[in-house]
Formats: sequence, structure tokens, C-alpha cells
Amino acid sequence: MSDHDISPSLAPEETWQDQVLNVLKDHGVSLISYVPDAGHAAAIRGAIADPDIEAVSLTTEEEGIAVNAGAWLGGRRAALLMQSSGVGNCINMLSLIQICRFPFLTIVTMRGEWNEFNPWQVPMGASTPAAFELMGVRVLRADSADDVAPTIASAANLAFLASIPCAVLISQRVIGSKVWTK
Amino acid sequence: MKGMEMGSALLERRDAVVRLLSERSGAIVVSGLGSATYDVAAAGDNDRNFYLWGAMGGAAMIGLGIALAQPDVPVIVVTGDGEMLMGLGGFATISQKNPANLTVVVLDNELYGETGEQHSHTSKGADLGAVAAACGIRDVRTVRSFDELAVLAARSGSVGEATTVAVVKIDPGETPRVLPSRDGALIKTKVRASLGLDSM
Repeated sequence: MSDHDISPSLAPEETWQDQVLNVLKDHGVSLISYVPDAGHAAAIRGAIADPDIEAVSLTTEEEGIAVNAGAWLGGRRAALLMQSSGVGNCINMLSLIQICRFPFLTIVTMRGEWNEFNPWQVPMGASTPAAFELMGVRVLRADSADDVAPTIASAANLAFLASIPCAVLISQRVIGSKVWTK
Repeated sequence: MKGMEMGSALLERRDAVVRLLSERSGAIVVSGLGSATYDVAAAGDNDRNFYLWGAMGGAAMIGLGIALAQPDVPVIVVTGDGEMLMGLGGFATISQKNPANLTVVVLDNELYGETGEQHSHTSKGADLGAVAAACGIRDVRTVRSFDELAVLAARSGSVGEATTVAVVKIDPGETPRVLPSRDGALIKTKVRASLGLDSM
């Protein structure tokens, strides 16, 4: 797939979760920083197993902003995988992106917006788009499984070709609700 | 050296950073906001200096990203105790990757100098080297003399065997500010250009 192609077809056996890493790789991403997340589990597993990907596990999301900026200083494209609850942790570190005009790409799985069981997820989930926008990060949203790959592709082009900081929010409706019964 | 004149064993920060970077050759240097940035600027401007004026807690993580992207280029993070205290988890993140070309140097004066010399946590017993070691960093050093600094300078200017974290105990005395560019986009572009990379 070319850098500009944002319409990958969804193979029947391929889920949106499987597509996240593939689309990022297609756009030249070779470093994935992440915090643990069920929605991103497939991408995280794939990144760790992939010899062409440097997978960096973080203790907090803001580390990923700085690691990814450093990676780009050294010539590597990077993406940050996180959950909406971690977006607030990133606020001040996003100054680095804005002031230095670093490319920035993050893929965020949403909580607290659809069929949510845990009220503690709601405040940050509800504030996630505004928090990014306050710090100059453009927000793109994938509201259906078919939207995920083309939205990430579009955001990757904006980030790496146009140097526009981008966050892709994957709706909780796409991810599905956390199952609380065991 | 001021520290010697005061009868203390502590290194003077400017002398220490000049000596530290005297063997940097092609190393990329990331400086933490505040005095560390002024110290690195005072040691001599360089296209491979990435000066931070903000992003507190992020210096070592930026160094990690560069080190992973450019494994053959030595990367030296020069930061203060306060900046490092804000990103302690970074030691755990670094130790998972343990890049051989990364040296994190913490200039520890036990003070938040930029904000009015409030005591930092290292003055009350927090030991940044012990934290790094407990996070799995295997090469942790405390530097108190010019001889130890000379060894650190040689190590940090080259690709070693694993990440090094060095806590350099420095004199708390104030030094004149030496201000490098605050234009983040410019200094980013200079570092990239020095590696043969486009501005965007």
C-alpha cells in the first residue's frame, strides 16, 4: 500500500484489531510505544513479536510522547498506543510536540462513552477530544470497525507527511464493552 | 573550582559538564530544562544539542527514543535531580531496552535551582542511582571527583555495553545563565540535519 492509500480492504479473516499494526507499518512506523490496553492487545502482541518493530512498554503515557519525539529526532517514525484514561497524563508533554513541531501519532481506545460500567472512566473519556485539541493535536475518530484502518492511514499521512499532530480515537462502541463477570 | 575553594568535595557544575562533554565526538546531547540546559550551552553550542526548555520529566525518555533510532550514535542525557525525579518511571522503561549507546547523567545539587532553591527529594534521602539500579539499570555510578568524571566522559562519548546512569554530585552554588536557542523547531531541525535527515 502506498503512503497515500487510505482505503485498505478488510480481508474477511482480518479484524480491525489486526489492522492497526499493519496500517502503521505500511506508513513506515517502526517504533511502537504503549501502555497495556485490552483494545490494543493484538497490536501490542504483534509489535512485540515483530523483528522490524521496536516495542517500548511505558510506565505512563507521557513517556511515550517523549520517546516518540526522540525516535523521530533519530529518524524513526513512531506511534503511541493508549487508552482515553491516559490522555490527561500527556498534557504538558504535548508542549514538546507543539513547540518543536514534531510529527505525532497516537491511537486511543475510548472508554467512558458507550455502555460503560465504570464511572471512573467517564470524566477523562468525555474530556479526551477537548484535551487533545487544547494542546494542538488534531482529533480523528473511527466509529465503526471499517473506519479504523482508513482513519489511522489518514492520520499517519497527516502526521508524517504534513507534520500535523494527530490522535485517532477508536470509539468504545467499536471496541465493545468490558465484560465484568467471570 | 568553587567546590574545592569551599572545602567541599563537590564538583562545580560548569567544570563538570565541560569535562563530561569533552569526549563527546559525535554524541547527541539532550539537556533537561533549567540549569542543565544552561550548562550544556555553556560547554559549547553544537548542532547535536537538543536543549529542553520545558517537557519536564521527559529528558531521559527523549534520549531513549534517539538511542533506539540511532544505535551507533552515543546519546548523552544531561539533566538535573528535579527533572529526573519527575520521570522516575523512565528508569524502568529504559532498563527494558537497555540501549548500549545511552548515558543518563543526573547533575544532583539536591535543589530546585530554577525556582528558588527549594530542597529536592535527594536532599532528604532519595537516591536516584539506587532507584535506577532497582529498576534494573546495571551500570549505575555516583561521580564525586574529576577522576570519576574522566571515566564517565569516555564511556558516555562511546557506545558501551549497556545503558549507564550516573549521578554527579555537584556544588549547589549558582552559575550565570547561558541561554541557548529557545526555538524548539530550529534545534530539532539542526539535530536532524546533523544526522542527514530532512526537517520534516
